[in-house]
Amino acid sequence: MSEYNFQILVCGGTGCKASESEEIRSSFVNLLNEYGLEEEVQVVLTDCFGFCEKGPIVKMMPDKTVYVRVKPSDADEIIKEHIVKGNQVERLLYRDPVTGTVVRDRQHMEFYKKQIRIALRNCGFINPEEIDEYIAHDGYMALGTCLTEMKPMEVIEQIKKSGLRGRGGGGFPTGLKWEITAKVPGDQKYVVCNVDEGDPGAFMDRSILEGDPHTVIEAMIINGYCTGASKGLVYIRAEYPLAISRLKIALAQARAYGLLGDDILGSGFNFDIEIRYGAGAFVCGEETALIHSMEGCRGEPTFKPPFPSVSGYLGKPTNVNNVETYANIPVIINKGADWFASIGTEKSKGTKVFALAGKINNVGLIEVPLGTTLREVIYDIGGGIRGGKKFKAVQTGGPSGGMLTAEFLDTPIDYDNLLAAGSMMGSGGMIVMDEDDCMVAIAKFYLGFTVEESCGKCAPCRIGNKRLHEILERITDGKGEIQDLDRLFMLSNVIKDASLCGLGQTSPNPVLSSLKYFRQEYEAHVKASHCPAGQCKALVRYEVIEDKCTGCTLCFRNCPVGAITGEKREVHFIDQSLCIKCGVCFEKCKFGAILVS
Amino acid sequence: MSKITSVADLKKKKEQVQLNLGLRENSDAADTHVQIRVGMATCGIASGARETMNFLVEETRHQAIDAVITQTGCMGFCYAEPTVEITLPGKEPVVFGHVDKTKAREIIDRFIIKGELADGIIPVNFKTIDEY
Repeated sequence: MSEYNFQILVCGGTGCKASESEEIRSSFVNLLNEYGLEEEVQVVLTDCFGFCEKGPIVKMMPDKTVYVRVKPSDADEIIKEHIVKGNQVERLLYRDPVTGTVVRDRQHMEFYKKQIRIALRNCGFINPEEIDEYIAHDGYMALGTCLTEMKPMEVIEQIKKSGLRGRGGGGFPTGLKWEITAKVPGDQKYVVCNVDEGDPGAFMDRSILEGDPHTVIEAMIINGYCTGASKGLVYIRAEYPLAISRLKIALAQARAYGLLGDDILGSGFNFDIEIRYGAGAFVCGEETALIHSMEGCRGEPTFKPPFPSVSGYLGKPTNVNNVETYANIPVIINKGADWFASIGTEKSKGTKVFALAGKINNVGLIEVPLGTTLREVIYDIGGGIRGGKKFKAVQTGGPSGGMLTAEFLDTPIDYDNLLAAGSMMGSGGMIVMDEDDCMVAIAKFYLGFTVEESCGKCAPCRIGNKRLHEILERITDGKGEIQDLDRLFMLSNVIKDASLCGLGQTSPNPVLSSLKYFRQEYEAHVKASHCPAGQCKALVRYEVIEDKCTGCTLCFRNCPVGAITGEKREVHFIDQSLCIKCGVCFEKCKFGAILVS
Repeated sequence: MSKITSVADLKKKKEQVQLNLGLRENSDAADTHVQIRVGMATCGIASGARETMNFLVEETRHQAIDAVITQTGCMGFCYAEPTVEITLPGKEPVVFGHVDKTKAREIIDRFIIKGELADGIIPVNFKTIDEY
């Protein structure tokens, strides 16, 4: 095989590229050539290690030593000491921030791994269309343990002890929910899996179902055993065709093995699962609306209590959990409640999956222990803000959440801290915004979404959100007045207090949090007709800077509405009455001759 | 498929598939086969994972490389799709990002055949449940 005795892995992630990883690589390569070691040592540029704060990271193979904050000038010492003499370069080793001790042994060289994959443990490892691969990775073992060695209440005790809370957003203790459903008397009970994932930019549940459908099936059977339900229903959006097809394959395979059906694993317990399709209404992620939709009624929420655990699908006790919640269950049984509870914070145990999106370098799906800070998520795992721009805010919890500003970067992420900060955990969408994002426009975007998705049953949500959206539209059009800010605040609070379900009760959050943290931006819009981020088109003006214009005609030729006039090699002119503020002239101009104001 | 009717059955099944999949040291498959997994969730497929997979299948067959190529779910590196994980016999898995046909060819020629690394490796940046 390989002729190389050593391999030097240089982090070339976008975050580290800013800190000279190309130079580091070339200084290694040049020096190796100089010393005649190029046949023995290979230098490779990798993607992000996920610990950008200490970047650039260099990993030595095969001994796995990791060096942090490496500079191009360190290459010589690393080659001479590490490769030639076999000594680690002490000063470049990672120092534990708490104890101050240097990490030098192989066993602890994985300190840069900030993620733990529990819910995503099989995603990207097993073939989701092969039940055997799931079984090879302890699949259905937890079910076996529950059915043959534990009583239903013992299983529930374990779930309670683990501290697992609902991963769909609300954070209700999962064990307690199971216990309530179990204790309600009923001849027929139901177990439901909520796959109505609707937050813009969120795809945690889809990924789990596409990558590991059996984990959800296994957990639903365990849930059925605990609560006394013999029937499971998966409510999934029809717009997730791949997830649906893999789930169908998984269900068929589980039935063929007898893991679904009658007398599962010889225990006498019967359980089967059906799929129900949703048409993609956001409100159907709310459990009562979801249940009505499954019953064939309009997807509208109803007042709680009664909770679905008491009276749910067809009026029977129904336990509704989200995909990610279920994905944790088999691990809790296999590894133990204490193991699970050792991860996370005091009141929020385990890990949370986040879909990182927006103005961030490493867009992707991550799973971190609860209690990880936003800074670690955004700057280390996420590789920082795209284009080296300044962080402005992050929206967690989708349209129901709020914006968290730079002052919360060091807040440990858990259910309670996010609520206290005016946002919420939500299902795990995390949208990162930079200095170019207008907070009023973002709030308007989310309100536009809520207005579309409101089911219309109660007036505060149906009418109130519409009015909120209109006010925001007025402000971004430059027609707002200062009193609008008070109107927004008052109306938001009315909607929160008076709406029937979670959708309306949380929909004003983007407005309230942006008003709280970015009031000066609202004021700039209404007082000075100025959008500080330059995003609100009605408030932006494109003009030609006469001194800089060379008359190259590039803007004239690219303007889609013919608003630009001018002769070759003469100063051009933008007709403001025709301009649609698309910004093409600004992008195309090679001389910086377009002024945005 | 024969039914699994007891926990003992399930355990037997687990051992048997672990051997077949090369997850055990004494398994034949682990010694001889190159294992290739292509991230085929919605995001991967949208970025061209299916073309990458087809290319890998054709090219390994063409070059008579003993490879088992399967699909898998999302590895989480959306910024680097399509992603491919390759395990050479007896070695630790290596994940590559941005694997289009050109990259796939480079990976076959350099990594699979010669055992050299190639640029674009995605370091494993998470702990598994067994590592924690």
